[in-house]
Amino acid sequence: MSERIGMEIALAAAEAVALCKPDVVAAYPITPNTHIPEHLSDIVAEGRLDADFICVESEHSALSACCGASGAGARAFTATSSQGLLYMAEVVPIVPSMRLPIVMAIGNRALSGPINIWNDHSDIMSQRDSGWISMFAADGQETIDMMIQAFKIAEHRDVMLPVNVNLDGFQLTHVVEPMMMPSQKEVDKFLPAYKPYAAVHPDNIVSMGSLAMPEIFNEAMMAKDQVLINSKKIILEIWKEWEEQFGRKYEPIGEYRMEGAEVAMLTLGSMGDTAEVAIDALREKGVKAGLLKMKLWRPFPVEELLKAVSGLKSLVVIDRAVSFGGPCGPVCLEVKSALYDQKERPLITNYIIGLGGRDVVVADFVKIAEQAIGAQKKKPAKAYEIYGVRGS
Amino acid sequence: MNIVENFDLYAPRLVDKEEYFNAGHRACSGCGEALAIRLMCKALGEDTVIVNATGCMEVISVMYPTTAWSLPWIHVAFPNAASVGAGVEAALKVLRRKGKIADRRIKTVCIGGDGGTFDIGFQALSGTMERGHDVLYVCFDNEAYMNTGIQRSGATPFGASTTTNPAGAASQGKDEWKKNIAEIIASHNVPYVATACHSYPLDFMNKVKKAREVEGPSYIHCLSVCPTGWRVQTEDCIKAGRLAVETGVFPLYEIENGKYTMSSLNPEELRPVEDYLKLQGRFRHLTTDSIEKIQDRIILENNKLLDKAENLHSWAELEG
Ligand SMILES: Cc1ncc(C[n+]2csc(CCOP(=O)(O)OP(=O)(O)O)c2C)c(N)n1
Repeated sequence: MSERIGMEIALAAAEAVALCKPDVVAAYPITPNTHIPEHLSDIVAEGRLDADFICVESEHSALSACCGASGAGARAFTATSSQGLLYMAEVVPIVPSMRLPIVMAIGNRALSGPINIWNDHSDIMSQRDSGWISMFAADGQETIDMMIQAFKIAEHRDVMLPVNVNLDGFQLTHVVEPMMMPSQKEVDKFLPAYKPYAAVHPDNIVSMGSLAMPEIFNEAMMAKDQVLINSKKIILEIWKEWEEQFGRKYEPIGEYRMEGAEVAMLTLGSMGDTAEVAIDALREKGVKAGLLKMKLWRPFPVEELLKAVSGLKSLVVIDRAVSFGGPCGPVCLEVKSALYDQKERPLITNYIIGLGGRDVVVADFVKIAEQAIGAQKKKPAKAYEIYGVRGS
Repeated sequence: MNIVENFDLYAPRLVDKEEYFNAGHRACSGCGEALAIRLMCKALGEDTVIVNATGCMEVISVMYPTTAWSLPWIHVAFPNAASVGAGVEAALKVLRRKGKIADRRIKTVCIGGDGGTFDIGFQALSGTMERGHDVLYVCFDNEAYMNTGIQRSGATPFGASTTTNPAGAASQGKDEWKKNIAEIIASHNVPYVATACHSYPLDFMNKVKKAREVEGPSYIHCLSVCPTGWRVQTEDCIKAGRLAVETGVFPLYEIENGKYTMSSLNPEELRPVEDYLKLQGRFRHLTTDSIEKIQDRIILENNKLLDKAENLHSWAELEG
């Protein structure tokens, strides 16, 4: 039986990872993800988890050690944030190419500079095209659930790709919430023991990580793209299994009060919970507003997006990162390109909010939604707005 | 014939006939590094996992879909052989403990060039040595970034001309002395460190065997002649390695638990360094002054080493 707990979400994430019995954990400290590996090392020290915890000397080595461990047939886990993710960036795209099902938690934090330890999504957006499956948790429960789902998805024979689970730094990592923690028995039932397809071991000799000439590189990239696109089917299946076993539903794009909605906001991560309250307030005022909470970022859920926005007059895409010098925020870029071919599509506005931990409250979402409705009459001059800039 | 000569005739017959690094790879002719790897694998035997840094040896051996390796082999990137190796070692240890793989010792062996060891991979190497992983790291030192076209590394010797510090009217090639990496690794309290060269194959293989048995980190520094980068005739590969030892440019020694032992293969008296330098196009431009400077430095470095061999004790002897 699952147990109701009240716990800091980072610690709960670590507990959830421990339930998945990783063989090797390698991590390097960086705020705000650090409590996850710290707590995992506690769990190992207490003898509750039989794993090797490697205190590597850098994030580059953290992900590299995970590659070695996963390549040798172990279940491997790491976690990082911001500069740490960039420090390991050289290795990030190699992991899916080698089909190593490593799971990584990212406590999302702004990229420097100026240096800043608080939340936004610039870290993961920088690694968007690397070939990992990428999910966003909106709260503590989703964090626990996604950590466990991640291993099963990653290790599925038709997937064999790394998964990163994004949880907003501080807004999630450092917040205490009531959550349901699955039992070991339940997780064992859900997640089978890891059986690697291939591993470096003298009993079954392989060469892993070869050199590809131009004659084969195109095909390798095509395969990498296809397997990621095709993983959506498996993700949906595994989410269905999760729902059947635990009663909590997961969809690429979750909906909140979308019935009859004319305007909707689309968010990633923890902003969704604040935005829900704003939607309630808007509905109270008689505005037909709803919310789309994107949980699956890669593979990008094109079909689900098309379905979710059909009938909308206005869509407000909320970004938490800037694509400097680009046409709009990174999420909006993708949403717009997915909708470009549609005959009917909503008016899209784009707000970039909450950079480097800048607080975003319910009133901000209400204001943004109202501005977006106003935009239907008079199109805004700019494709996006960095919201709440002082003096503007 | 005395016993030693007999041994020299007999010993090669004891070498494993099995090939683990097979013919058909794409190394240049006369490549000392490829020869050294072939010998290393024979000394290691089959219960080994090889972790390769990016560099010549990775590029020439695994052009997809072919492989020269009949040992399990993994490559991830350039700077991280030591940390990938740490992960492999950790995995093998845990999986064995949990009964998920066969219950026998598999040795994890990381290999990298001098660039992947002295420079970009140094941090990862230091971490893996410091953490005490049961990993053997072998550096195949050809004294430059050869895979990318003979650029200067921290291992390039003083006076050598490379493509990034070429000799010219205003330059005599590299202005700095080579980093003493074996010493740096020994300072991590690594129980076994050795220098070796493919031109002394049995010595090299014996050191590999010794290192393999160490339970914990060990490091072998293998000077590997690169005829292409050194501007040496391919048939002079072995000769160049021998001259490196005979002139004292590259002394052979072991550091076991803090105790230095000079190999009996080192000459009683050093040959003049000029014999070594004049064989190689990369030193062609050197003036008599520079050669003298190099000669002086060799004597200093050899004296430093002999002093250590004479005066330093093993940790066991130093225990209070
Ligand atoms: C991060 C990174 N920087 C640079 C390179 C380009 N590169 C590949 S191999 C190599 C040189 C390897 O030199 P070394 O380690 O001495 O080995 P060798 O090829 O001489 O055997 C370089 C610079 C790379 N692959 N990755």
